[in-house]
Amino acid sequence: MTTKKIAVVSAGLSQPSSTRMLADRLAEATVRRLHEEGFETEVTTVELRDVAHDVTNNLLAGFPSPKLEEIIEKVTTADGLIAVTPIFTTSYSGLFKTFFDVIDNQSLAGMPVIIGATAGTARHSLALDYAIRPMFTYLHAVVVPTGVFAASEDWGSGADTVKTLPDRIERAAGELAPLVAASTRSSEVRDPFALDPSFSPTGGFMAS
Amino acid sequence: MQFGIFTVGDVTTDPTNGTTPTEHERIKAILTIAQKVEEVGMEVFATGEHHNPPFVPSSPTTILGYLAAKTEKLILSTATTLITTNDPVKIAEDYAMLQHIADGRVDLVLGRGNTGPVYPWFGQDIRQGIPLAIENYALLRRLWREDYVDWEGQFRTPLQGFQSTPRPLDGIPPFVWHGSIRSPEIAEQAAYYGDGFFANNIFWPKEHYMKLIGFYRQRFEHYGHGRADQAIVGLGGQVFMRKNSQDAVNEFRPYFDEAPVYGHGPSLEDFMAQTPLTVGSPQQVIDRYAAMREYFGDYQRQLFLMDHAGLPLKTVLEQIDILGEEVVPVLRKEFAKDRPEHVPDAPTHASLKAAAEAAKDAGVQGSETTQASANVDAAEAEEVRS
Repeated sequence: MTTKKIAVVSAGLSQPSSTRMLADRLAEATVRRLHEEGFETEVTTVELRDVAHDVTNNLLAGFPSPKLEEIIEKVTTADGLIAVTPIFTTSYSGLFKTFFDVIDNQSLAGMPVIIGATAGTARHSLALDYAIRPMFTYLHAVVVPTGVFAASEDWGSGADTVKTLPDRIERAAGELAPLVAASTRSSEVRDPFALDPSFSPTGGFMAS
Repeated sequence: MQFGIFTVGDVTTDPTNGTTPTEHERIKAILTIAQKVEEVGMEVFATGEHHNPPFVPSSPTTILGYLAAKTEKLILSTATTLITTNDPVKIAEDYAMLQHIADGRVDLVLGRGNTGPVYPWFGQDIRQGIPLAIENYALLRRLWREDYVDWEGQFRTPLQGFQSTPRPLDGIPPFVWHGSIRSPEIAEQAAYYGDGFFANNIFWPKEHYMKLIGFYRQRFEHYGHGRADQAIVGLGGQVFMRKNSQDAVNEFRPYFDEAPVYGHGPSLEDFMAQTPLTVGSPQQVIDRYAAMREYFGDYQRQLFLMDHAGLPLKTVLEQIDILGEEVVPVLRKEFAKDRPEHVPDAPTHASLKAAAEAAKDAGVQGSETTQASANVDAAEAEEVRS
């Protein structure tokens, strides 16, 4: 049985962070569902805080450090991505966005993704759909319909009792797992020098 | 093996004293630097082409024309000539003229340019960068190789029976290198024509350029210009030297930290580890650059970026002295060691002319000899003569 690779990107800053907690829960639920279907899984979790300087340097210098390059490779060649950010000033955190800014904008095309976000209050929950989902849509990623938002109260007694955080996590994982199961991304061989079949080195003009 | 200097031509404030050269001072400094390259025994000076401050070299052939008169042997080149936004007719004319003035000591590195607004300023669209580079070069080649050209393409007004003037010196067009940082299309184009490929090799890790050059070499062989290790490769590089390496680091660090391209980003130490930038003793530079052939294969041209980030002219001239006296002579020996006989030197006007004459004598008129294989022929012809 093939091993499915899942990348988890968390842009939480504190330790422990609720962003990382949500990311881990989403990963666990997805892994469990894949195991039930008979798939092995390999999960790579990236705390963007650990490479925050590398991400900024990439923005300034134009290339990733070896450490960041390895992370980008793992993320872009996964079969599925779980991306979770805290909501800062009504949107994704700058670190989260910068990480996706320095990745080649073709490299997440077709990638199955769960988007998740955390904030102090549920009043920020629509940021998932007006900020984070459009960013992945631009990158041609396949974002599952359920985005999971966790407010501080979701972790305690003030949690929503109708559609609870665990319910929402399960629902999103249930949407991601079949896409990961069907993905061949992690086993594909990529040719960075593949030329478009229509490309001609002379532009169709007679060589001279 | 050719060595030389390439300049971006930036006007940058010296971060150690806050002084900024005037455009006039900077342009004169570039001319002084270029003449120094010949004085210390290196072969090539190449200037960038830019159309926005803080860069001054908007008019490369004016600079190179002056240098043609002031130098004897120096090869005058570019890094790069904008094949996307210049009219290929004007490139054909300007560089053929320069060839005559410089008695053939001219070649070009073509590039697309990476400054977005330059395209609309010259009536082009950056999204058409690759098609422009492909089509404009196809026309440029014809203008240099055919006396009368009929042309209709996508980007330029059509030509009927047009003759660009003057004709290339001795009927030999300048040798062309194609420069690219990341586009396999440009490596493919260089390989298709048997032209040279230049990788600036200063901003990114060498592993990136190794892959791109490996691809170019493979495609060069595919198109029948010779073996992969006979492809014509040029590399950029970036060094700063003092006798004691710590002095070099201390002196260069403020320039690095404030440099327009990578300043305020990675540390000098990280950038040195991750790119070919070498700041240290001449021996450290020798060790680092002598190893380049291990990574890229035997190559033909090594250019260094020296006069940037606000370094004063006096310092730049000292650096070129160190290169010419202590580094390049050793690198020449290192690069010559075990270099296979069949690996050609970079084509020059003399070698291309000799090859064309040899081909004519051999009666292979009508069948085009590629530049690279012509170069091998020329090298062999030289061996026979000597």
